[in-house]
Amino acid sequence: MKISTLFYTIKQGFVNIFRNKWYSLASIATISACLFLFGLFYCIVANFQNILKTAEEGVSVTVFFHSDMDNCESHIDGQIPSEQRLEEIGQEIAKRAEVSEVQFQSADDAWATFGPDYFGEDYAEGFPENPLAGEDTYEIFLSDVSMQDALVTWLQSIPEVRKVNYSEMTANTLSGLNLLIAYVSMGIIVILLAVSIFLISNTVAIGISVRSAEINIMKYIGATDFFVRAPFVLEGMLIGLIGAAVPLGLIYSLYNYALNYVINRFMVLSGFLNFLSVDEIFHFLIPVSLGVGVGIGFLGSIATVRKHLHV
Amino acid sequence: MIRLENVCKNFGDLQVLKNVNLEVKEGEKLVIIGPSGSGKSTTVRCMNFLEEPTSGQVYIDGQKLTHANKTKIIRESISMVFQQFNLYPHMTVLKNLTIAPMKLHHKSKKEAEDLAYHYLDVVGLRDKAHVYPTTLSGGQQQRIAIARALCAQTKIILFDEPTSALDPETIQEVLDVMIKLAKENITMVVVTHEMGFARQVADRIVFMADGQIIEEGTPDHFFDNPSNERVKQFLGKIIR
Repeated sequence: MKISTLFYTIKQGFVNIFRNKWYSLASIATISACLFLFGLFYCIVANFQNILKTAEEGVSVTVFFHSDMDNCESHIDGQIPSEQRLEEIGQEIAKRAEVSEVQFQSADDAWATFGPDYFGEDYAEGFPENPLAGEDTYEIFLSDVSMQDALVTWLQSIPEVRKVNYSEMTANTLSGLNLLIAYVSMGIIVILLAVSIFLISNTVAIGISVRSAEINIMKYIGATDFFVRAPFVLEGMLIGLIGAAVPLGLIYSLYNYALNYVINRFMVLSGFLNFLSVDEIFHFLIPVSLGVGVGIGFLGSIATVRKHLHV
Repeated sequence: MIRLENVCKNFGDLQVLKNVNLEVKEGEKLVIIGPSGSGKSTTVRCMNFLEEPTSGQVYIDGQKLTHANKTKIIRESISMVFQQFNLYPHMTVLKNLTIAPMKLHHKSKKEAEDLAYHYLDVVGLRDKAHVYPTTLSGGQQQRIAIARALCAQTKIILFDEPTSALDPETIQEVLDVMIKLAKENITMVVVTHEMGFARQVADRIVFMADGQIIEEGTPDHFFDNPSNERVKQFLGKIIR
């Protein structure tokens, strides 16, 4: 492409936007409205999923091991792990994909926490020996709560394990809820994107179609297809860019405001509701919104101009 | 200069041109006439590849037109005047005349404007250089369109029914310009229903019906002694 053609294309792209200002405004408004709705919905869903994820991370599985203090039956079925074996089991647990964190708690640590809490400081000191002696445990936190059953089955198959404590209902409820939200939000996001793509491409198409005579004249006086198409494509991309930037700016301000409002107004919620920061939200929203806006502007204008190139 | 060899053109199932063979020599004034739907406009549009023939070949100055080379060859050799004037409504007359020479033929603004004023003189509309086309009459707009075609400085100008969209009062002013041009060494191919113009200007007349050339000859032969019955019928209806 010649430099003069490049400058002509850029200039005409901008000139076209101002020359057809009502069409440009209508297109930008349509793109903005679609992407604003998409962005708003994404903010809500992303936060909801984050809250669920935080709740999931709190779900733990506790593993108890055989010890000298066990009753006879346990002794017969199981094996008492050595300190080295305990460490090995800990490493094997940590290697599993569904495990996010493993914490070892010795019997002494457990009594130091549990005793005073349960019996009070004075009574707890009255015990001559640690009543939890031999009760070394691993507390396991999951990265994917839906894999809890698989983990528990594996843990129970280890000969040194005496007992595995876990809440099946909590795990199932959280994992079911997570799955439901993932499906519903995916469905709504796909529908919103499809509607946005349809509306935006139609707006671009209508805007270009009303200027089909202009395209025809360019062809009549000998312009190449590229020369005719390039300013329209740039115009479509610019409209898409502006149409995507407006809702991004709006959502940025609104989200910041809403986040501050909720945190300040409902401080009690902040303990268990973990909202995503604006940076985390925009890490996804900026490329997707710009991609949809500019991409549809680009593809929509190419396809529409092509229809009118045959004169 | 222009040669059509066995040109056929289909629009879906409809065959609009059937093996058209035609040659136009340099400087010749060829007039194509015929009833509506006979393929006159399609023939002219095939000459500059606005319609690509379904089969057959088009040669310009001995060079075969292809999809790849059409823009270059046509831009250098052919310009066209249409029934609808196809002027940019948002540009002044001067801008309409200079845009193609500047953008497509890489002339400077000064060169393009000098050229535009020269051809505005030819069509007698120099004083309209800075007005917008919508403020002009149909005849004036068509004369501007002719000036635009002249600004391309091509050897061939195709006219596709240039007076059909005009009211009777303004037809003559356009024909006068075309008669004036016919005296120059420009190759003109004109589709028209203006029999007086055809008789006065044409070196050769081609009559088309049903997508075929069924008669061709000099104006005297064509108007005074046509051999084809279809031509006689047509002329009988159109000349009273």
